[in-house]
Amino acid sequence: MNQPLPYSNFKATLAMAKASFRSILRSPSSVVFTLAFPLIFILVFGFIGGGGITVDVGVAKDNNQQNPIYQALTKIKAIHLVETETAAEMRSELEKGRLDGIIDIHTNPGKLPAYVVDVEYTKASLEKGNILKSLLNNVFYQINLHAPGSPPPVAELKEVTVEGREYKTIDFILPGQLGFSLLSSGVFGTAFVFLSLRLTLVIKRFFATPVQRYSIVLGEALARITFALIGALIIILIGHFAFGFTLIHGFTTVINMLVMAAIGVIVFMGFGFIISGVAKNESSVPPIANIVTLPQFLLSGTFFSISAFPSWLQPISKALPLTYLNDAMRKIAFEGAGLTDVGHQLLILAIWGIIVYAIAVKTFKWE
Amino acid sequence: MSKKPIITVKNLVKKYDNFTAVDQISFEVFEGEIFGLLGPNGAGKTTTLEILETLRNKTSGEVFVDGFSVDKDSGSIKKRIGVQLQAAGYYPNLNLTELIELFSGLYGIAVDPIEMLSKVALTDKAKARYKELSGGQKQRFSIATTLINNPRIVFLDEPTTGLDPQARRNLWDLIRSIRDTGTTVVITTHYMDEAEVLCDRVAFVDTGKIIGINSPDHFIDELVASGFEREKQVKSANLEDVFIQLTGKDWREV
Repeated sequence: MNQPLPYSNFKATLAMAKASFRSILRSPSSVVFTLAFPLIFILVFGFIGGGGITVDVGVAKDNNQQNPIYQALTKIKAIHLVETETAAEMRSELEKGRLDGIIDIHTNPGKLPAYVVDVEYTKASLEKGNILKSLLNNVFYQINLHAPGSPPPVAELKEVTVEGREYKTIDFILPGQLGFSLLSSGVFGTAFVFLSLRLTLVIKRFFATPVQRYSIVLGEALARITFALIGALIIILIGHFAFGFTLIHGFTTVINMLVMAAIGVIVFMGFGFIISGVAKNESSVPPIANIVTLPQFLLSGTFFSISAFPSWLQPISKALPLTYLNDAMRKIAFEGAGLTDVGHQLLILAIWGIIVYAIAVKTFKWE
Repeated sequence: MSKKPIITVKNLVKKYDNFTAVDQISFEVFEGEIFGLLGPNGAGKTTTLEILETLRNKTSGEVFVDGFSVDKDSGSIKKRIGVQLQAAGYYPNLNLTELIELFSGLYGIAVDPIEMLSKVALTDKAKARYKELSGGQKQRFSIATTLINNPRIVFLDEPTTGLDPQARRNLWDLIRSIRDTGTTVVITTHYMDEAEVLCDRVAFVDTGKIIGINSPDHFIDELVASGFEREKQVKSANLEDVFIQLTGKDWREV
């Protein structure tokens, strides 16, 4: 008998984590899901860009909606008027490039021109700003042409361009792909590993050693989180250096994103634990796992902004955990939000985490 | 041989709903012997073994392993035993060295993986994955993992099932060498020739009860003394002897 040292649960957990990490690195499916898929999607969507163009234009709430300029603008399909925001909100949205311009239509009582339109563009969205500019010029030309007593113009355009960051396709696509990579790695990886360890009696053999149950779960989780974070870091770095993905505060932003990624993958692993308990064999894992991942893949703003979805679909989108992870990632990366600024998203993820793990504790099977 | 009991089982009962898998079993295993649990499938051998291994809860009765109660001190028992399960797999995608490292971490005992593998003659497979091994190699590797914590007792559940005659003999040698280093071995098997040559004592288990416990020689002598005769007169060799004579004693590795 040589047992001079007391048994260390910590060392057992680390041994578990090391073994699991090695195994993940050698499993082709985990590498493909975590790295290859997201990068392929980033490439494809990065090069294709968006389809039909809509220009989002903020209009002050108090603007008279009866004036001919406003009426004319509502008839242009490419212009989407946003009328619900305060001046300060619009200004902030404009700087982030979420609005492509803000217009303010004044009447000029008793004088000519009868209307003065102040337009603000943003450098965050120069391309759409130019589209807006030409659309507006077209509207004004039409109105002035039909007005009696030309040449004094009915409407006058006063333009300003605000400073803002350019919001590129990659800034939208990358956080979505990162979120989906974390989702699939967390759900599929965890479900497959625990199911196969259970079915092949690996866990039973572990139970014949002094190892504690929590060491097995914790070791697995540590390995999966480490792998997911390395994957996230590679995606972020390739996105940044090869495709110009915006990282506002540089290193700090990366760290915040990785913290977010860790929280996300922990929540998603909960789904994996549930599936590993519910599934009877390995071939029943993918269908169940797809029920969890596919809706989130499509509806959580991975490829398209959820604001583009019809209104009946939006409540579903807004119930899914990936929606909040994606949202938080975009806020952190592009707007430079800290973790406290995404408290709402963290709260929703935490609620999901509690629900999922409460179910996992009930359904998880050791043997 | 000293007759000091290392495992004591008293009135052990295991019930699954209405089915009684183990019914009032009592026996002792002595230190340093190879003890065989024999019996048909479903007799309760594996259930009994798993209760001794602390992998399964009993319904009633008392079980002491190396002086520790399975109820109160399963942790201490786990540190003192080595367990080979019937049909157990190993962590996927790892090679033998890495698997030994994993178990060494789980047991909390530093071992040299190569030294462990050399005990079961698998050093040349150190970088191979478990699934790439032959049947005999898999069983030898399983036994290596049971030896990591330098156990007082090893439990082997049908270690030779499915092996060819050479690999079986090779495993017998390995099991005897484990016994010769002072480790007690508890083994289950369906092969009576194996129990006869390998086990110091055997217990026959049927429908959850022990129906006899003694040395193989004693049982055979007793049966012969009762006037038993085989229907067909036994020749002084059997077909397995022919097989070994023809193909040689060295075990084959593909």
